[in-house]
Amino acid sequence: MKEIYLGVDVGSVSTNVIVMDSDNNVIDTLYIRTKGKPIEALKMGLGQMKSRLGENVKVLGLGTTGSGRHLAATMLGADIVKNEITAHGVAALNIVPNVNTIIEIGGQDSKIILLRDGIIYDFAMNTVCAAGTGSFLDRQAERLGIPIQEFGSLALKSKSTVRIAGRCAVFAESDMIHKQQLGHNQEDIINGLCEAMARNYLNNLGKGKELKPPVIFQGGVAANIGIKKAFEELLGCEIIVPKYASVMGAIGACILAKEEVKKRGKTKFLGLNIADSSFNVQSFECDSCPNMCEVVKFYRDENLAARWGDKCGKWSNVQISQNDEKLA
Amino acid sequence: MKITFPHIGNSYIPIKALFEDLGVETVIPPKSSKKTLELGTKNAPELICLPLKINLGNYIESIAKGADTIIITGGCGPCRFGYYCEVQKEILKDMGYDVDIIVLEAPEGNKKEFIRRVSKIANTKNIVKISKSLKNAITVLKKLNALEEMVLKARPYEVHENEVDKLYNNFIDKLEKSRGSREMINHLNNAVEMMKEIKLDKNREVLRVGIVGEIYAVIDDYCNFDIGKKLNKMGVEVHKSLSTGEWITEMLLFRSMGMSKEMKIWEAANPYIKTCIGGHARETVGNTVLYSKEEYDGVIQLMPFTCMPEIVAMSMMPSIQEEKNIPILTLIIDEMTGEAGYLTRLEAFIDLLRNRKDKRISQTVDS
Repeated sequence: MKEIYLGVDVGSVSTNVIVMDSDNNVIDTLYIRTKGKPIEALKMGLGQMKSRLGENVKVLGLGTTGSGRHLAATMLGADIVKNEITAHGVAALNIVPNVNTIIEIGGQDSKIILLRDGIIYDFAMNTVCAAGTGSFLDRQAERLGIPIQEFGSLALKSKSTVRIAGRCAVFAESDMIHKQQLGHNQEDIINGLCEAMARNYLNNLGKGKELKPPVIFQGGVAANIGIKKAFEELLGCEIIVPKYASVMGAIGACILAKEEVKKRGKTKFLGLNIADSSFNVQSFECDSCPNMCEVVKFYRDENLAARWGDKCGKWSNVQISQNDEKLA
Repeated sequence: MKITFPHIGNSYIPIKALFEDLGVETVIPPKSSKKTLELGTKNAPELICLPLKINLGNYIESIAKGADTIIITGGCGPCRFGYYCEVQKEILKDMGYDVDIIVLEAPEGNKKEFIRRVSKIANTKNIVKISKSLKNAITVLKKLNALEEMVLKARPYEVHENEVDKLYNNFIDKLEKSRGSREMINHLNNAVEMMKEIKLDKNREVLRVGIVGEIYAVIDDYCNFDIGKKLNKMGVEVHKSLSTGEWITEMLLFRSMGMSKEMKIWEAANPYIKTCIGGHARETVGNTVLYSKEEYDGVIQLMPFTCMPEIVAMSMMPSIQEEKNIPILTLIIDEMTGEAGYLTRLEAFIDLLRNRKDKRISQTVDS
């Protein structure tokens, strides 16, 4: 019987499930597009992972992170629910113990995490500006008709510089169209876009901060070697892209879950068979006060498992009856 | 004449006391809610700061409840707040509301006009009655501030969950139902005594965080998505650097008189900001430095989107963080109703503070 731990990262663009053994070695990883349906994505992810792992495993713990971390925890039963920033920091420290800077660019947000002597020392997170995120690159790749996987390697083929305004997704896009109409090479434009993104990231998040090497680049966008190169040129140092760069959040959550289970002695995970359960969500607008909170009711196998979304706690604080809890 | 006013935190309670003592009818605006914000956003200029939008929503909701006179405080501090009354006047006029708007601001020079406005609102020319009522209302305000401060300090230590909240909400309820300052002062005295009785577990490892920033965002718990309570629930003791009580005394007695506490804040800010640049930028910087001296674990700066003085203060935060060795998190608040993004940042910040503290403790044990 193999003893394993699971880490789950439910993000806006991707849902990642990873498996680790007791010695923090990654055994398997899974990267699925969330496509706006976190529940389905997670169910599918866990189901696939279950069949890949086979029968002979015992799950000792599970941790969740990402913007859908609370949802995932309600679905699966989690030992720890951790914000993305801490989870990414923990994962990076596990791979490069003396890391000083983490650049993380995901689908919907980007972060910078500064570490000193093995602890997080400062961080910044951007969710307002689309120009610094993976979704923007996705969209541009689609517009140019290039698979996103080839985007980075095309940028490396560029021979001359085309400067693209990276401050804002709208400006960047119109600037790019303009450069296309002038007849510039596609490679050069793609390279310009990568540079613009790196520049925007450093201006936006790195402002006033000291970015010391070793620098780790992680998140979905780290797979793009064009952006990696742009960062290396701007920062003048080597950028480390870890092997599991796109699932680092899940790795962090997994490590933290392991520590938590060690402290508490047992796991809250509901078991791999939970992938076969049905999950249902209903929402309604509470009309008790003018806040009109949108309350979400979450059902696991037809049983009410949790409620959230209210400001006052009228719905979320009420204990769901014991009977329901047992059935669930 | 039915008077109304904008919300900021719990200030409606002392205001209610004041007008009840004076015998003037008031309409308390419904508690700020999503609807308030929607009404305000719809009718305010898009890029104006958030407090104006909430204020405007408060007025509209109050007018619907029968208010015909609005009292606004003015401010001479060079930030947009100084223009709030004029802009709000014009907007309400454009919307077709026929309401009287009276601006109260520190009487710089023209004392006669100030007295005329005050006696109009107070419905009396009896200066003794006005000043007595005002004095009592300020007592209510100060005691209420003290209670709020106690709540933010005690919550993370409470042995029985929600005990502090139950007591606090119960007293707010009582205050809303009582009439006049005398009854309120009694209630508040009781509340403070009962707060002291609540069982606290002082052995818990609790972090201490100071809140600085733009005054409305710091004080108003609707605007700041009740950040104090959220932090308390994460095991953090909270202190807010600004309160309505202090602001009122400051406004009435002039900033320039320079009370001892202010001088201390300005002195602390001096290496970074030497003069008032509007709003509370100087206080934000000064208080951050003071929190670091008092060995707080971290500081959170709050500001509405596009708040100019706070943006200037924010630009100084990295150097303060470095030189004073205190982590600082800046949160910019706008009309988003989703709290997830703020929660992620808060949780990560608290993790950061906790790890730092653990490390500091283990180092002192080692040496």
